[in-house]
Amino acid sequence: MDAILLQILNGLDKGSAYALIALGLTLIFGTLGVVNFAHGALFMLGAFCAVTLQRLLSLSFETIDETKTDFLGNPLKVKTPYVEGWFGPEVGGAIIDWAVPLSILVAIPIMIGIGFAMERGLIKHFYKRPHADQILVTFGLAIVLQEVIKYFFGANPIQTPPPDALLGVVNLGSWLGLDLPYPIWRLVYFLFAIVVIGGVFSFLQFTTFGMVVRAGMADRETVGLLGIDIDRRFTIMFGLAAAVAGLAGVMYGPIVAPNYHMGMDFLVLSFVVVVVGGMGSLPGAVLAGFMLGILESFASTTWATTTLPGINQIIIYLVAIIVLLTRPRGLMGRKGVMEE
Amino acid sequence: MLGLNSKDTMLLIVVAFLALAAPFLLNPFPTNSSLAQFNAGYPDLMQRFAIFGIFAIGFNILFGLTGYLSFGHAAFLGVGSYAAVWMFKLLSYNVIPAIILAVIVAGLFSVLIGYVSLRRSGIYFSILTLAFAQMSFALAYSVLSNPKFNLTNGETGLQVYGDDPQILHREGLPDVPHLFGWAMRDNFLELEVAGWEFTFNNGYYLCAVILLVVFYLAIRLFRSPFGLMLRAVKSNQQRLNYTGLNPKPYTLAAFIISGMYAGLAGGLLAAMDPLAGAERMQWTASGEVVLMTILGGAGTLIGPVLGAGFIKYFENIFSKINDNVLHQWFAFLPDGMEDFMVFIVHPFVGKGWHLTLGILFMLVVTFLPGGLVEGGQRIARLFRRRGKKTDTPDPEHHPKETPHVAE
Repeated sequence: MDAILLQILNGLDKGSAYALIALGLTLIFGTLGVVNFAHGALFMLGAFCAVTLQRLLSLSFETIDETKTDFLGNPLKVKTPYVEGWFGPEVGGAIIDWAVPLSILVAIPIMIGIGFAMERGLIKHFYKRPHADQILVTFGLAIVLQEVIKYFFGANPIQTPPPDALLGVVNLGSWLGLDLPYPIWRLVYFLFAIVVIGGVFSFLQFTTFGMVVRAGMADRETVGLLGIDIDRRFTIMFGLAAAVAGLAGVMYGPIVAPNYHMGMDFLVLSFVVVVVGGMGSLPGAVLAGFMLGILESFASTTWATTTLPGINQIIIYLVAIIVLLTRPRGLMGRKGVMEE
Repeated sequence: MLGLNSKDTMLLIVVAFLALAAPFLLNPFPTNSSLAQFNAGYPDLMQRFAIFGIFAIGFNILFGLTGYLSFGHAAFLGVGSYAAVWMFKLLSYNVIPAIILAVIVAGLFSVLIGYVSLRRSGIYFSILTLAFAQMSFALAYSVLSNPKFNLTNGETGLQVYGDDPQILHREGLPDVPHLFGWAMRDNFLELEVAGWEFTFNNGYYLCAVILLVVFYLAIRLFRSPFGLMLRAVKSNQQRLNYTGLNPKPYTLAAFIISGMYAGLAGGLLAAMDPLAGAERMQWTASGEVVLMTILGGAGTLIGPVLGAGFIKYFENIFSKINDNVLHQWFAFLPDGMEDFMVFIVHPFVGKGWHLTLGILFMLVVTFLPGGLVEGGQRIARLFRRRGKKTDTPDPEHHPKETPHVAE
């Protein structure tokens, strides 16, 4: 029992990342009808927002401390981050410590801006072109973004530690008499994902803006004929989808150290998630994301890998193939979206 | 000639000339001149031109004719390489059985993948092929290299060891891949003419001859009723269904043929250098062949070969350029300007080749969807227009193009 629950928990963090990226992909596909191969790159950019902020906050100046000397008797140079200089050591230290969660505030406007720029600058010109062209141009863009990041940050993974308070392990099952050790940050990531997903859904469900967007997804032409500038709203949705992918990336840094190709690694799997969930279905994408994450976690147990070696590497693809062949529309795919 | 009309014969002759005279054509600069770094006439690179040309021709049969965009074609290349190296390990270093087995295994593998993937079209097809290729990569990388059943040798890559059986290997045959005694890595002729050096490599000429054969086959396929049928699948699959034709067997056949081309390319890669690694199957490798085809011009005969040559050439040249070379180039500028120019160009060369590639790719897809071939045609038209009045078709009296159902 403990083992099963633990595997479910272990699948949640990866599942959250899949769900968030797949949600953005589906939003873009459902609104603009564009297959965005650069979405993984947006996830990566989000993670590097956190890296950049952490580096900026840690910028420090050197002072000579007369009271301390090194072993040669020279006065010791002490590095103090500017932030600590401005706010005092305690507040400043806390700010640096909480750099990753703080990056959320920075990442949202940046990612929305990047999303706008992408949509207006590039993708706008590809609405009328075949899907193959959209795939190819966004694929090219993904390569470019990835290489730019590699140029500035190098090819090695960069550690982005979470705040000290959220470091460590919590036993989730103690009040049930179960033994479920679980890293706190992963729990935070899962809760964060739930909040973001809930936010996107309630935005679409309970605001007038969201209502218009949903109407546009159902029938773009009619909404346009009613005198609503649907293109502008769809552009905003693209920015929102970019922000969701970015946020997923920001918070993922402490789980896996960000490197320049992390986006591509996630993109392939997220596409599989979208297809399994059903093209154009938002709940499908979220559900399939968590499902496949948990499935992958079960496949990685020692029991599974000894009976079927390597099953953890291929389980997601296997499931995708089976789903596509038996339920071509995906688990919750809508009728009429991307059908033959 | 050979069942081709005069235009195609011309094309074949031009390609044959380019392929066979490549050691001369690709070495236009004397060996000791400062421009020698732009020479491409050395065996290793020429072999890659020919091999990736074959790969791209094969990919084009699927993508250019039927419009199905496969994002997992490198899997067949990798499978071909593994098959060839296994042949080296078990039989002998002769390349003929290795290449034949590579083609057969890749063909069988593509029957399997094609049968499943072709049940869906459009983006689903792309994602299915991508998923299959990633799965094969994962399998080759880790699963199939366990000690009990070591098929791929994992991260190290499959290679030939001294204690392999090699049952057909006899004394006197070279211990490297060879064709009845001619080692692939040897040069049968090295010319030195007044500062120029030309090398004629056994391996390259094998690749070039095979390239010509498969290029000829591709021309025949493009002009055949079968090729016409594949174009019909691309232009309007629904209409094809209504006329009572089942497009599935045609697309599957195209998929298998293109998989076999990829297997052939993989086998040749292993024949030139008896090593097979899983990274050949990774999706970036699949992306590369898509790039080559698009860049050259999908659906045209010569395009993929041009694209493959273009990308491999610039990959090689660009990766060699470092800051010293850049300083030499801009030496004529005043010092400040020189450093500035080097600073600007630096990210795009050397290790930044992929950045240039990505930008180039976006530009081509956006502005020149027909690739280099379309670019050439546009330029040719520009010159022709000077002479006579244009005869552009009247848009009013032509039916609109219907979008591909798979798109």
